[in-house]
Amino acid sequence: MRFMMLMIPKGYESAAPGTMPSAEHVAAMMKYNEQLTKAGVLLALDGLHPPSTGARVSFSGGKPTVTDGPFSEAKEVVGGYWMIQVKSKAEAIEWASRCPGLDNEVIEIRQVHEMSEFPPDVQEAAGRLKP
Amino acid sequence: MTATDTHESIDAVWRIESARIIAGIARIVRDVGIAEELAQDALVAALQQWPESGIPNNPGAWLVATAKHRAIDHLRRNKRLEQKHEVIGRELEERQAAVAEEIENAMDDDVGDDLLRLIFTACHPVLPAEARAALTLRLLGGLTTDEIARAFLTREATIAQRIVRAKRTLAEANVPFEVPRGAEFTARLSSVLGVIYLIFNEGYTATAGDDWMRPELCQDALRLGRILAELMPNESEVHGLVALMEIQASRLGARVSASGEPILLFDQNRALWDQLLIHRGFAALGRAERTAPSLGPYALQAAIAACHARARTAGETDWARIVELYGELSGIAPSPIVELNRAVAVGMASGPEAALAIVDKLREEPALQKYHLLSSVRGDLVFKLGRNEEARQEFERAASLTENSRERELMLARAYNCGGDAND
Repeated sequence: MRFMMLMIPKGYESAAPGTMPSAEHVAAMMKYNEQLTKAGVLLALDGLHPPSTGARVSFSGGKPTVTDGPFSEAKEVVGGYWMIQVKSKAEAIEWASRCPGLDNEVIEIRQVHEMSEFPPDVQEAAGRLKP
Repeated sequence: MTATDTHESIDAVWRIESARIIAGIARIVRDVGIAEELAQDALVAALQQWPESGIPNNPGAWLVATAKHRAIDHLRRNKRLEQKHEVIGRELEERQAAVAEEIENAMDDDVGDDLLRLIFTACHPVLPAEARAALTLRLLGGLTTDEIARAFLTREATIAQRIVRAKRTLAEANVPFEVPRGAEFTARLSSVLGVIYLIFNEGYTATAGDDWMRPELCQDALRLGRILAELMPNESEVHGLVALMEIQASRLGARVSASGEPILLFDQNRALWDQLLIHRGFAALGRAERTAPSLGPYALQAAIAACHARARTAGETDWARIVELYGELSGIAPSPIVELNRAVAVGMASGPEAALAIVDKLREEPALQKYHLLSSVRGDLVFKLGRNEEARQEFERAASLTENSRERELMLARAYNCGGDAND
């Protein structure tokens, strides 16, 4: 099973452009990432710039509308993610629990859809061939 | 947290920690079988205590500490046993005194070296291949006997017996708990890589049963490969194997239809190939290239897989490069199977006639007498040459030789599609 662990740092929704984690926090995270790598579970990871330098594209009324960040209505935003390959949701939770998270940080665990979960018509729409 | 949740959490902690615990204990007791039993004892203790007491803050450390105590008890028991037999050696006395501290150190250190020793021991050539695979999944992959049995479509009792026998063989043969050095190292590493790739392949193209693939097993093999690559960053072939598995696994979602029929490489929808795994494969191949002056057999196979991964459509495949790579592979690891694959590539690069000349030579090959893919490849080539009746016979022969029911259906369908002779 593939899971995405979404890092949600409280306050990041209003962080100024160029906001960076401290060297100390990065060092702790690097150690954690190394554990994930050594265990053979880490597939990918990235850290994201704060939303103040991002933009949102919404589609109400059937056409795209662009809003520049920061987004006043956003209560929590993603600050980064890990993609991991594990045996169970419990294992994903166990890995998330080992993260040296700060007081303001939350990790949300979400399973990645697999093709085989979809009904046949959705699989075909997604490009899986008919026999 | 419900009891089920707790059990799932314990399973998860076990999956993450078991290999490290077993490896650390094995360094002390010098017997992987006993080490595994002691680690299992710790797991049983967790299963008894955690549902009532709750899961400790650091469950991994709890398991390690408990296993440590069991190891100390075990050594004390052994000592008493030996005292009874009046064979107390001074050495043993001294060892006993140092044991507690030694265990402390062993479990606190980075257990990387112990993990390597554990892998090399589980894949020791003194064991039959299927026992190496079962023991590796059990000791390194953290799989239960039941999970291994399901993966290999065998009864749980059969796997349990296979593992017990394997542990006994290792103990009787006095297989040292170490990573071999010098000339022996290369051969032993090749055994380790062979076991991991065997596990992968059993998942990738199940040799028997109703499913064409068992992707979970591929994931287990990939995990083992990635762990090994971190433990031996300078071994080119380890990266080569990881690259090969990553790229092959990238096609898992594309090589079956919604109803489970196999779809061959050239017919796959390449949009379904997993780009994340492909790029991991390219990166691993890059590491393989940087860590050795020339590529070994796994890295060469990975380079071939990478050629397919780079082609946006089947028509864009760089067959000339693939023929070259198969040539190199034949040079360092000649085998009739490699030659058969080279024939397929030659067929694509230079046409079916050139390929058929290679394949027809292989028909004499004793190792390929019952190999369904020889018939399948030959069927494909003669079909392209318009010899449909001959093609039909080859596909039917391939169908009769494979033990995988999905593959059999595919071969029978191809036989059916041959119809009559095109030249008639």
